[in-house]
Amino acid sequence: MILIEKGHIIDPSQGIDGIGDVLIENGKIKEVNIQSKGQRAKSKEQGAESKSTPIHPYPSRGEGKGGGESLFPEPRVINAEGMFVIPGLIDMHVHLREPGFEYKETIKTGTAAAIRGGFTTVCCMPNTYPINDNASVTEFIIRKALEGLCTVLPIGAITKGQKGKELVEMGTMKDEGCIAFSDDGLPVMNSLIMRRALEYSKAFGLPIISHCEDLTLSEDGVMSEGLLSMTLGLRGIPAEAEQIMVFRDILLAELTRGKLHIAHVSTEGSVKLIRNAKKRGVNVTAETCPHYFSLTEDAVKNYDTNAKVNPPLRTKRDIEAIKEGLKDGTIDVIATDHAPHHRDEKLKEFDLAPPGISGLETALGLSMKLVDEGVLTISQLIEKMSLNPARILGLLTPHLSSLITGPKGTLAKGADADVTIIDTKKEVTVESSKFVSKGKNTPFDGWVLKGVPFMTISKARIYEWR
Amino acid sequence: MLNKDLLGIKELSVEDINLILDTAAGFKDVLGRDIKKVPALRGKTAVNLFFEPSTRTRTSFELAAKRLSTDVINFSVPTSSVVKGESLIDTALTVQALGADFIIIRHSSAGVPHLLAKKLRASVINAGDGTNEHPTQALLDAFTIREKKGRIEGLDIALVGDIIHSRVAKSNIYGLTKLGANVRLIGPPTLIPREMEDFGVKVLHSMEEGLKNVDVVMMLRIQMERQGKGFFPSTEEYSKNWGLTQERLLLAKDDVIVMHPGPMNRGIEISSEIADGPRSVILEQVTNGLAVRMAVMYLLAGVKR
Repeated sequence: MILIEKGHIIDPSQGIDGIGDVLIENGKIKEVNIQSKGQRAKSKEQGAESKSTPIHPYPSRGEGKGGGESLFPEPRVINAEGMFVIPGLIDMHVHLREPGFEYKETIKTGTAAAIRGGFTTVCCMPNTYPINDNASVTEFIIRKALEGLCTVLPIGAITKGQKGKELVEMGTMKDEGCIAFSDDGLPVMNSLIMRRALEYSKAFGLPIISHCEDLTLSEDGVMSEGLLSMTLGLRGIPAEAEQIMVFRDILLAELTRGKLHIAHVSTEGSVKLIRNAKKRGVNVTAETCPHYFSLTEDAVKNYDTNAKVNPPLRTKRDIEAIKEGLKDGTIDVIATDHAPHHRDEKLKEFDLAPPGISGLETALGLSMKLVDEGVLTISQLIEKMSLNPARILGLLTPHLSSLITGPKGTLAKGADADVTIIDTKKEVTVESSKFVSKGKNTPFDGWVLKGVPFMTISKARIYEWR
Repeated sequence: MLNKDLLGIKELSVEDINLILDTAAGFKDVLGRDIKKVPALRGKTAVNLFFEPSTRTRTSFELAAKRLSTDVINFSVPTSSVVKGESLIDTALTVQALGADFIIIRHSSAGVPHLLAKKLRASVINAGDGTNEHPTQALLDAFTIREKKGRIEGLDIALVGDIIHSRVAKSNIYGLTKLGANVRLIGPPTLIPREMEDFGVKVLHSMEEGLKNVDVVMMLRIQMERQGKGFFPSTEEYSKNWGLTQERLLLAKDDVIVMHPGPMNRGIEISSEIADGPRSVILEQVTNGLAVRMAVMYLLAGVKR
């Protein structure tokens, strides 16, 4: 039994925004009690300036063996005064690199990074080696995920070998644990195959997640196209490379009434296309990533490969449009696109360095800035980082599969006890060398972030940092 | 103020550029003597680290170093450990460990000299990085123009051809605009992106319009492989529209000079009569390149660390 008391509880699924207690029993939410409403969380005066302490990704309490016994052997009371208590964050777009690229990240280190970032569920993209395009790879990931610190839900490839030609066995892979399909990184260029994928996946109710990039237009581009790419002599990718595919996929979703989710929206034009589609009632959802509302293309000015990412960082105008899209609900989700790489791979010619940012450990802090700036309320932010991903992936109801136990993305009675407690006032300076993730590739080194996890409860274990 | 590296013209001030050009003038005198060698940088070592094939630039740097009494090593990719999978940084660190004071680098990726400059104590000289810059070429071009015209400020200068892929064009745009010239770019829209006007130059797509009354015409090499990529349908059509012919050259000022960084495609971007004609300063560019590269090495050696 565990009691989190006096915290500022935010649970958009039940419209909760108030001070109260959360009671957890047997790894499930037992009860949420609200005493007073709508008050902003206040931090303890003396705690406000305290420095960050070293991070231990390992449990401080709890045994968590599972199997029906009491998961928290000692009853514990946690004082969450001045903190936000929220349903555990769900990241529907990460790369855990296992199997095949364990030198970049493993399921173990990736999930530890997730926990450090306040995430209790992550969905891993299929571009591993071998590619997750069949049930046996899915099964391997699920089995490996048992040692993961948070819940891991695999996303299967749309096509075999991510080659864009033949559909994978979606039904079989769903039975094994896949919760969505995506050819992330190697988008399906063939419109007919994409149409079939959107049609066929309807039988299983799982979304198709589209990495929108017209590869014939982006060609060998490595950054956003414009004056800066010209100045740096780097090959540019026009915003249209994303937008053409966003529009194509929206039209195909309209045609098929399939379930489309657009990954990592980076441009103003994409936001507009999605906004219009939603107005027409197309079954489309969308995500963006913290770097797309935190950084402009200027971050690559010194050929900094840590700011090389795909889609590329864009302009101030795009950032404003993405914030607007988050505000008005056009963009449903903030995901990280956590893409860890080895330092040697990033210490290369800009053209040759792989794109990607190790994002799990900075996502919450960067996103909390949106609350400070008044772009989102704290409830809206939690919606985009927990409730909406749960909705899109069908995690709000208990799953038939034993792999996903209870509802996630909510603090409703009976839900999995995935809880994150955020220290609202504490400031931490990003130090990539201290990342739990194997991937230290971040353009945010040295940034001061406010609103970091103080405690993450996942899979019946408590992780805390003081 | 010059720092230890020469990465691009973008990073240089007008004073820096003039200092290099003035110093080069001194070295050009040396090159005209019977004994063409000075002991200025005796005991120093320069390494030509070329990841892209090059004969003229590499030879020019090599000779420039030798004229300054500096030892030179040529390190080119096909014979190096790079083909065995060594990383760029390791190669550069190895070369530095051999005692290199200057690392002269050419690479097909933009930003490589910048990456090395951060990692190395040695002076890094950019000898061309991808489609970014080729600063010594622009310096020798400026030197040549200044020598022929007595000034750069106020001149009308046309750059013709494949601007988007040309590091020579980029460096020249930065250099010539800094020195006060009016620069215009001429070529097909596929090879001159719309953003170029933001560099403070004029973009024109017609030779007839663009060459009117110019003081200098700088032709750029057309890469044959661009043909298959949709930048222009054929070299014949390119030549017909943007090749430099006698007839077109008549539109320019009477005392126009014609430049080309080489190697030339005779009969495509430039006719032989012009290349070998009285208005051409193409071979003088080559000679001046030597003086300019000597000046660059000499000045960088004197930068306090």
